[in-house]
Amino acid sequence: MNRLAPWGRLVPLAMIVVLAAAPLALGTYATTVLTRILVFALLAASLDLLAGITGLASLGHGAYFGAGAYAAGWVAVHATPSGPVTLAAAVAVSALVAGVAGSVAVRARGVFFLMLTLALGEIVEQLAQSWHGVTGGSDGLYGIPAPHLAGAVLADVRWLSWYVLAVFIAGMAVIRGIVASPFGAALRGIRDNEARMRALGYRTYLYKLAVFVIAGALAGLAGGLLAAQQRLVTPADLGFATSAPVLLAVIIGGEATPWGPCLGAAVVVVLRDVLGPSLGGHGSLVLGLVFVAMVFLVPGGLARLRRGVGT
Amino acid sequence: MPAWLDTHGISLLNGLAIGSLLFILAVGLSLIFGMMDVLNLAHGVLFLTGAYVAWWIAGEAPSWPGFLGALAIAGAIGALAGTGLALVIERLARRSHLDQALLTLGLALIAGDALSAVFGNDVHTINPPAGLDGSVLVFGKAYPVYRLALIGLGAGLAAVVHLVVERTPLGALVRATVADRHMVLSAGVDDRKVKLVVFAVGSLLATTAGVLGAPVYGARPGLDGTVLILALVVVVIGGLGSVRGALVGALVIGEIESLGRALLSNLASFVLFGALAVVLVVRPRGLFGAATGARS
Repeated sequence: MNRLAPWGRLVPLAMIVVLAAAPLALGTYATTVLTRILVFALLAASLDLLAGITGLASLGHGAYFGAGAYAAGWVAVHATPSGPVTLAAAVAVSALVAGVAGSVAVRARGVFFLMLTLALGEIVEQLAQSWHGVTGGSDGLYGIPAPHLAGAVLADVRWLSWYVLAVFIAGMAVIRGIVASPFGAALRGIRDNEARMRALGYRTYLYKLAVFVIAGALAGLAGGLLAAQQRLVTPADLGFATSAPVLLAVIIGGEATPWGPCLGAAVVVVLRDVLGPSLGGHGSLVLGLVFVAMVFLVPGGLARLRRGVGT
Repeated sequence: MPAWLDTHGISLLNGLAIGSLLFILAVGLSLIFGMMDVLNLAHGVLFLTGAYVAWWIAGEAPSWPGFLGALAIAGAIGALAGTGLALVIERLARRSHLDQALLTLGLALIAGDALSAVFGNDVHTINPPAGLDGSVLVFGKAYPVYRLALIGLGAGLAAVVHLVVERTPLGALVRATVADRHMVLSAGVDDRKVKLVVFAVGSLLATTAGVLGAPVYGARPGLDGTVLILALVVVVIGGLGSVRGALVGALVIGEIESLGRALLSNLASFVLFGALAVVLVVRPRGLFGAATGARS
């Protein structure tokens, strides 16, 4: 990244300008797709904190995304449709769920961590399925009003897109800040050699729990945006059907690269939501093929991507 | 106590039946994981394949030849698929375990999509074979005979797997590989054949569990994910690579799924999480997990 220093700052700025201007040129459908990509990109970037920076690949990250979406949706339906309040509720609830799940999950590493997060995510999905009074069970939580911001109702897809973009930028700024901080350096140290970090006096369990909660809270923020965009939250939003594609997005884009996971998210959303329906609902087939192709075709394994794609 | 049994005896028995099925499913996952550190995320899809084979070969009201035929065909498919998986994963032997797990995840997504393309998205129900489709009075209530048969079969299979792993030369090699695979390699044993056999037998057991579970769970899209998660929790609780652990874990999860749901309804999800949390805090390697071996 240092090599590209003059460009390194300009590219994200240019991207933001393009993303902000795009809804003016695009139609309703394309703007909606763009908004969904931004939501999913923030989710992927939050997972990258765990999978790429800390080396803890999670297959249950959808749980915290969905917990945030349900929290935001519930607050919007039962209390207030105020945008900031719903997002704050999303972050608080998903951080809480991630704290409880994380206190168990970060005791494991590698494949064992993958397996535990998968099981924990599925337990959260079961809960969403069965807790009818709050989540609406398998029907989902519907009738979510459009977010209100400073007295305006963001029902128009363009305004919604800018709202999502603004939160996305704030979320990405937080993530970049964490990665660049001493805390982020410690996380990379844990990824590369945990025993050594422990020997240096770092309480690695607390670091891993902290990053798990932060990643969960940011996923919840993305979930709050999902509730505002989709106006409906179903158990599928927090289950395996979300967790697998988001991990795939991180892997496609390149783990631990600044913008890679966002690019990966764009690829996955386009594959699943735009091309998927025209393939007769075989979205998961495409996803599976991409997974297998990524494992076999990327020479030297997926870890190679860490220094590959990305600006 | 008798009054309690009258009320909850049926749930208790259901838990044992589910536990038996889960044991048959999870023991393969556990041994494959314990021996090779390969998390086979395609294990659930193997179960679902077995369930669809039962519906396809034997129909909704299977005759005995149909049911046994389904068992044989599903077993053959399982063994073949397991061998194939082992060979594909062997090609990735130098890669990280994460890559291997993601490969099986990709294959599971493809296979799951293929299954729903072939068999549709309907829920198929399958009756137990003739003679086992009735019910008997247990604790003063009618109880399906088939589930009692499942409990018996589960106990029998557990005994067989235990004897094979504990008392035969092949089992000794399996246990040695779980304990320390580098030492086994250093001793000059070519472990590739053992891996192939364990993968094939583990997958065969998964498809068999699918056929046996068809009269209980039916066959429907999404079932693969549900049973995979239960099997994963069983393995985490019981410990990797341990037959005894898989049995105890399966019975615990079976009872939580059945008795827990009957007693606590929605709170059963928390009990499942609680069981996981307690085991991981008290015994990070599971109840019967080996203390040695590379785990990362």
